Amino acid sequence: MSTPAVAPDTTGLPPLDTPPPAPDFGPATHLSCRECGARYDLGAAYACIECFGPLEVAYDLSGVTRELIESGPQSMWRYSCLLPVASYAGSEPNLEPGLTRLVRADNLARALGMTGTLWVKDDSGNPTHSFKDRVVAVAQSAARRLGLSTLACASTGNLANAVAAAAARAGQDSVVVIPSDLEDGKVVTTATYGGTLLAVRGTYDDVNRLCSELIGEPLTADWGFVNVNLRPYYAEGSKTVGYEIAEQLGWRLPEQVVAPIASGSLLTKVDKAFRELASLGLVPDSPYAVFGAQATGCSPVSEAFREGRDVVRPQRPATIAKSLAIGNPADGPYALDSVRRSGGAIADVSDEEIVEGIRLLAETEGIFAETAGGVVVATLRALLASGALDPARETVILNTGDGLKTLDAVAGHVAPTATISPDVDEVTAALVDASHERTTR
Amino acid sequence: MSVSVRIPTILRTYTDGAKDLSVEPGEPTLAALLDALEAAAPGIRARVLDESGALRRFVNVYVDEEDVRFTDGLATPVPDGASVSIIPAVAGG
Repeated sequence: MSTPAVAPDTTGLPPLDTPPPAPDFGPATHLSCRECGARYDLGAAYACIECFGPLEVAYDLSGVTRELIESGPQSMWRYSCLLPVASYAGSEPNLEPGLTRLVRADNLARALGMTGTLWVKDDSGNPTHSFKDRVVAVAQSAARRLGLSTLACASTGNLANAVAAAAARAGQDSVVVIPSDLEDGKVVTTATYGGTLLAVRGTYDDVNRLCSELIGEPLTADWGFVNVNLRPYYAEGSKTVGYEIAEQLGWRLPEQVVAPIASGSLLTKVDKAFRELASLGLVPDSPYAVFGAQATGCSPVSEAFREGRDVVRPQRPATIAKSLAIGNPADGPYALDSVRRSGGAIADVSDEEIVEGIRLLAETEGIFAETAGGVVVATLRALLASGALDPARETVILNTGDGLKTLDAVAGHVAPTATISPDVDEVTAALVDASHERTTR
Repeated sequence: MSVSVRIPTILRTYTDGAKDLSVEPGEPTLAALLDALEAAAPGIRARVLDESGALRRFVNVYVDEEDVRFTDGLATPVPDGASVSIIPAVAGG
């Protein structure tokens, strides 16, 4: 029997019954529930239908070498082969964040009585001056692959900056939702990048809830909420902090790392990055301990650690560290897992200690951190005092944002040494007074 | 008594796509409300509660504007006319 003749295809288009090609997410293979292991296709999904557990990107990581990474761009895109992005993601319009400084902090170490080498991973050097540019870059790439044209987020400020700027750079619409009481610096900068900025009368947790409720509304059908329906991709961007630390140390892991905890995601992803690098043979599989830092005014994960609980009880935040003021941190249980598994600890510090931490880092290393950085420095001091952190071991602390965004936190604590007329004698008198004050302080 | 319940996207397969349901719990508590919700949308309760009958750790339930973890959990009062939201926990920053 002869087969029917088929007219030759002269259109160059695939046949009508050919399914569209799957979006290119590079080495990512699927989404997996962190709680029950249920498996989902790569898409704009973030919660498990079975158990509400958060979904995480799963990979087939093979063929990754140090040489491949080192030959990549001078940005976080050198780690594309370890992220849920297409190989060409870095060449699409984006802010090209990452590869921030790892600063050796000998003066701070001395001030704190540490004998081991201390480093500051200074992510204030990112394009919008916080580590959030990294997570947004991965989420923006995912939004493109999934055909989501508007970039949106719920934010405590740094993410607002990053989303509004990344969308502006790519010519996308953005919708940024923030609590109305954020620091002026974060509101003004976000508004300057353009896009829609909605200030909600309520806490960050209220804003987060609102954005979760917006998912599924017809209004938001083509919105990619970077930290809601794109969260599995977004969160992976934080791994690049860990990759960079290891590469900048000469392809090895530090013995101790101190990270701030807001949602708990950054800490868990740095831990994940270290484990991936070790399992791929890119760094020696040496032990390390992960430590967490919170403000006492919003310390649900620190409290759970102290009390030996796995359950994180929500708190109502009241702290100057607004970028860490998440009272109901969804990744808190996983942060506890990382810290306990690695033999680290979590501590919290008062608002006064946070300001002292900001000033200490600025005075010893010339790095002006935002409040979250102050939390980390003050917590490092507290962990040293309690004996939880070993002063003789090599330690990396994370500064996630720029102090220029949270000037209010220190404005009442510092001032000019003297206000004088343009007169040499007045300069001399001011310097004598200042010297006297220093010796009597 | 009648209570309005906001259903999250991932649970709307149990409600034929409806995003709001109105139910009439036998008692004014969250536990009774979930019983009434189960009667209206069979299978939904096991998505919200774990095998031990406790709220799953990645689900947030609000009675009016209050997160029930700040109140009495499943014993939280649910008055006539209340509005209840079930929302997957997501982190942010």
